[in-house]
Formats: sequence, structure tokens, C-alpha cells
Amino acid sequence: MTELVSRSLPRSQAPTGPKAWIGQVVLYGLFAAAIGTFSQWPVYRHLASDQALVKVSFTRVGKPVGDCRKLSEAELAKLPPNMRTPTVCPRERSPILVQVDLDGKRVLERAAAPGGLSKDGASSIYERVVVPAGKHRVEVRISDDARARDKPFVREAQLELVPGQVLVVDFDPDRGGVSLQ
Amino acid sequence: MRHLGALAALAFWLLLASGTLLYILLDTSVQGAWRSIAGLADWPLGLGDLLRGLHRYAADLFLLATLAHLLREWLAGHAGGVRRFAWLTGVPLLGFVFITGIGGFWLNWDQLGQYSAVSMAEWMDALPLLASPLSRNFLAVDQVSDRLFSLFVFVHLGVPLLMLFGLWFHIQRLTRAAVWPPKVVTLSVLAMLALLALAWPVRSHQAAQLDRVPDLLRLDWILLFVHPLVDATSAGFVWALVGLGTVLLFGLPFLPGTRRAPVARVDAANCNGCQRCFVDCPYAAVTMVPHPNQRIGRLLAVVDPDLCAACGLCAGACPSSTPFRSAQQLVTGIDMPQRPVDTLRQDLRQELQACRADFPLVVFGCDHGAQLAALAAPDVCRFSLLCTGQLPPSFVEYALRDGAAGVLVLACREGGCEFRFGERWTAERLAGQREPHLRGHVDARRVTLLHAGRGDEPEARQALQSLRLRVATLPRHEEPASTHHD
Repeated sequence: MTELVSRSLPRSQAPTGPKAWIGQVVLYGLFAAAIGTFSQWPVYRHLASDQALVKVSFTRVGKPVGDCRKLSEAELAKLPPNMRTPTVCPRERSPILVQVDLDGKRVLERAAAPGGLSKDGASSIYERVVVPAGKHRVEVRISDDARARDKPFVREAQLELVPGQVLVVDFDPDRGGVSLQ
Repeated sequence: MRHLGALAALAFWLLLASGTLLYILLDTSVQGAWRSIAGLADWPLGLGDLLRGLHRYAADLFLLATLAHLLREWLAGHAGGVRRFAWLTGVPLLGFVFITGIGGFWLNWDQLGQYSAVSMAEWMDALPLLASPLSRNFLAVDQVSDRLFSLFVFVHLGVPLLMLFGLWFHIQRLTRAAVWPPKVVTLSVLAMLALLALAWPVRSHQAAQLDRVPDLLRLDWILLFVHPLVDATSAGFVWALVGLGTVLLFGLPFLPGTRRAPVARVDAANCNGCQRCFVDCPYAAVTMVPHPNQRIGRLLAVVDPDLCAACGLCAGACPSSTPFRSAQQLVTGIDMPQRPVDTLRQDLRQELQACRADFPLVVFGCDHGAQLAALAAPDVCRFSLLCTGQLPPSFVEYALRDGAAGVLVLACREGGCEFRFGERWTAERLAGQREPHLRGHVDARRVTLLHAGRGDEPEARQALQSLRLRVATLPRHEEPASTHHD
């Protein structure tokens, strides 16, 4: 084996003995301190201490956009025998309209469009409204029928929201309409 | 810096080990998850803190090391060319690291986990992918079921399995891929994380309460920064950032850059099938096939142009690359068309003949290491190779026999070779630990091997001066370069 006169710069230049150990400890310590620090600090407040959150969320199928109608004899005759159903109903569903008022002031107004290519699917909504904590008069109006927009489901309530509280507004026509949880 | 990829791999192994233990201890139910993890703080001797801290801090290290590894490779120009495959298979791993890391907070199901899970769901809902918002799963206490926890478990345990598979792809085109850092680095990192886990233990927040917004959170900004970013801007903005970043990262290898260098070329007549190039190639670009000369058992090297990084390490490994062959034109078994060994031999001869110094010195270096221009002097003949690993060690002996008083071989800093193993193979070949080796009768006093990268030119000058002074004290050797007959 040839014994070369060889040197390795990193080794020859790097400090040796206690200096090297101290340097290593300092470097690893700084790295550890950076990880430890940013792993838990600074603390984060998602919501101010005097605020509460209103979540409006539901997934419901709206009413059909129009009425069913009976087919005339002439219309039925044009159809293949196996498709001659006497009434036809529109497939498309109504968008669901949501309005939320807080102390008489509108804080949310949205129309949840029906899903699906034929707009015959469910309407979904998930909205967050940050509100001040305290006593509030909440009024929620939800309409799921394009033919009767003047007759929405309504829920009014006087609530006291404590800081950090989450109020969930849900909608289920089969269970009385609008619910506040 | 050169161990960043291996450091990330170390963090991954540590996560797998500590994660397996934590999973054994985890009660995978909504009611029990928080209790089982928070209870670790009550273990004696801080063992629970140690286990939990190691897992958390290793996750932070994993992300930081992966990002640093990505940045370093990009700065080194390693996004494209022959390394494009490694780059493209590495980018998705970054996404996996994030997904796995964030998912880990949900399993704990404390207020931090609740905030992270709800924020992530809200952020996902900004994409028009699902008919029903994911966030609805977190509206009320009774909507978080044990089945949802199965999804959390899948995210946190399933994605790492995908990552393991991705890692296998990532290192597919590398030989001897380093999946462990050197022992001293491994032990130091383990000690660092263990001390950190004990000195700054990771503790649970209060158990999740979906009817309350989590209050002050000790947020892990390294892994969870995306949530406050969404809060501060908007979900759409952060998705746009992610999309832009993804397109950029995947697009980098396809940006017009430096032209690909010509790849290694095999000369069947001079390839004896020794497999040294096959063994030494850092990119698995050389394979061995039966030699077309039909001799039974004889092999022939074949170069895959898509894998060849044009480093020339194969030419340095080829026994036919010896300059002592008497052929007028030195044709070796495997060679680099842009800088063939024949040209190197001719240049070496000419420069040594032209050098009028009493003690001519020869310096072999490489295009990526210390700049040879800094060593210019009347008594110095300089030769820059594609990589110092391209240098057949017999050239050192040849230079000495052809009139050089000393030879300085400049290889990159240890572990810092542009082509992974050039400096290592050079050192081992010159030390006689690897074939082809420098013959033992070469006067070691006339040869210096220096590991010096770009920027280490002053040290290279110093080493050259030391060699200059040393050889001046040695007796002249008048032996001319001998030749073998082909």
C-alpha cells in the first residue's frame, strides 16, 4: 500500500480537542434550540379573547325548482311505451338561501347551489362568522324552495355567547327546520 | 451540509421507531386518544417525555432536513440533467412529509389537534372536490367518531408507508445511497433530540372540545405554519402558493440549462469485462452484458446514456486507461469523448517536455474543485479533469517517470464530490485500497493528495509549495517513462 503524503482540508483546518467539542456542542445546541423554540413558541391565538364563532353548515337537497305536471295524451303518445309516465317533475333542485342576522344586522347571506351536473344534488354550505362574545339576538332564515321564497324556515333566539364558544346553525326540514346548537 | 439527505432519512427511521411505540400506546378512540398520549407525561424518569419528544422533534428535523436537502441540491444545480429522476421523485416526498407531520397532531386529539384538523378540513374545502364539506365532520362532539380516527390513523401511518416506497424510487438511480449519516452525526443528532425532548418536553393541550374554539396554542410553527397562513390570508391564496410551488419544483428540471455533456463511451475491443467501471459508477449507469466476441464468460460494459452523469469515474477505473501502453493512440475500454485519456497523456507529455524548470510539478485537479488557475507557475503543469476520479492512478507514476519531480492530486473535500464518490475513489486508488491502484514502488514523498474544494485555492497553493520544497531535497530520478506493450 502506498503511503501518500496526503492531507484532508476539513480535518487539518478544523479545530481539534476541546475546541472542536465545544464548537460541536454549540452548533448542535443552537440547532436544537431553534427546533425546540419554533416547535412550541410563539403561542398562537386563533380567535381574539372577546370573540365567539358562528358556524352555519348543512347538506340538504332543496325542493324541485318547479311543479310536476301531467302530460297530455298527445305528449304521452310521442313517448316510447315504456316511458309513458303520466306526470313529469323537474329534476333540478332549488338553491338553498341562507340569511343570518345578528342584532338586526345581516352578517351572512349566501345561496348554496345544488350539486351535480343536472343540479339535482344536495346543497352544501359551511360558513364561519366571527362575532363579538356577549348577548345577541340571532335570526336565521333559510329557504329551500324557489317556488316559495317568501316562506322561509325562520329561527329567532336570544343567546349569550361566551368567548370562544362555537354556535352551530344547522338545517333539517324534517326536524323542524333551523336549529341552533 | 453534505449529509442532509441522510439526515432526513435518519429522522424518518427515528420517526418509524418512536411512532411504532407510540402507536402501541395510543388508544385509537375519540375518548381515549387524548388520555393515552397525555398520560405519557406521568411516566417515571421522563421516559414518556423522551418518547414523545423524540417523535415530535424528529418530525420537525425531518421537514427541515428535507427542505435543506432540496435547497442544497437545487443550488448545486442538481435539479436537472441526469439527476432529474431523483429530483422529480424527491419533490412528492416533501408533500408526504407535510401530510404525515400534520396528521400526527390530529391523533393526539387535544386542542392543538382539533385546531389543526378543523383548519385543514376548512382549507381542503376551498377546493371544489367534495360534494359535502369535510369540515362538517367537526361541527359537533358527536360527529367525531372512532371511524374518523381510522382516517387519521391512515393519514399518519399510511402516508409514511407510501413515503418509504417513494424513497425507494428516489434513490433508485444511485449506487451506495446513504440512508444513514456517519456514525458520529447519527449519535450527535440522537443525543441532541433526546436532550431536547427532556429539556423541553412536548405536552398535550386540553382535550379537544368542538363546541369551543381552542384558546392559546403552543403551535409547532415548523409543521403547522400553513394554518396561521390560511388564517392570515385566505385558503385560496395558500392553495395558489402551493400550486405555484409545486409547478415550480416539478418544472425546474425542465428549464433550459447547461447542455448535457457527452456520456461515457465503451470500446468493445479494449474492454476486458473487469467490471471496475460497473462497480465504481455512482449512478448505476454501467451494466455488464456478454461480450460480442463470443468468448464464454467474457463481459462487456454498456453505458445507459440516460443515467450517465459524464463524470469519467469509469475511465479512471478502467485498467486499459494506463498511459504506459505503447499504442500511438491510447484507446481505453471506457472513456469520455470530451476529455479522453489519450489527450491527457499527450498533454502531459508535451507540457512536461516544454517545462524548463529544474523540478517540474504536475497538478491533477477537476472542473468542480479548487481552481487550478490559482496554481499557475512556471514549474507547474496543470490538468483539470471532469472529476479527479477520472484520473487513472497510473498517470501519477507516468508523470513522475516522464520528468515530473512531484505530483499534486487535488480532489474535492471529503464527501463534497460533485459526482458523489470521485474524491473517495481517488484516495482509495492512490492508497492502494481500490483497483486500479497506484503501484507501491512510487515514491510517496513525491505525491500529495489534497482534499480541496472550490474556494480552497490558498490551501492548494500551500500544499503545492510544500511539495515543491520537499521534492527539491530529494535525489533526482532520471528514469524515463516506460511503456508496456499492448
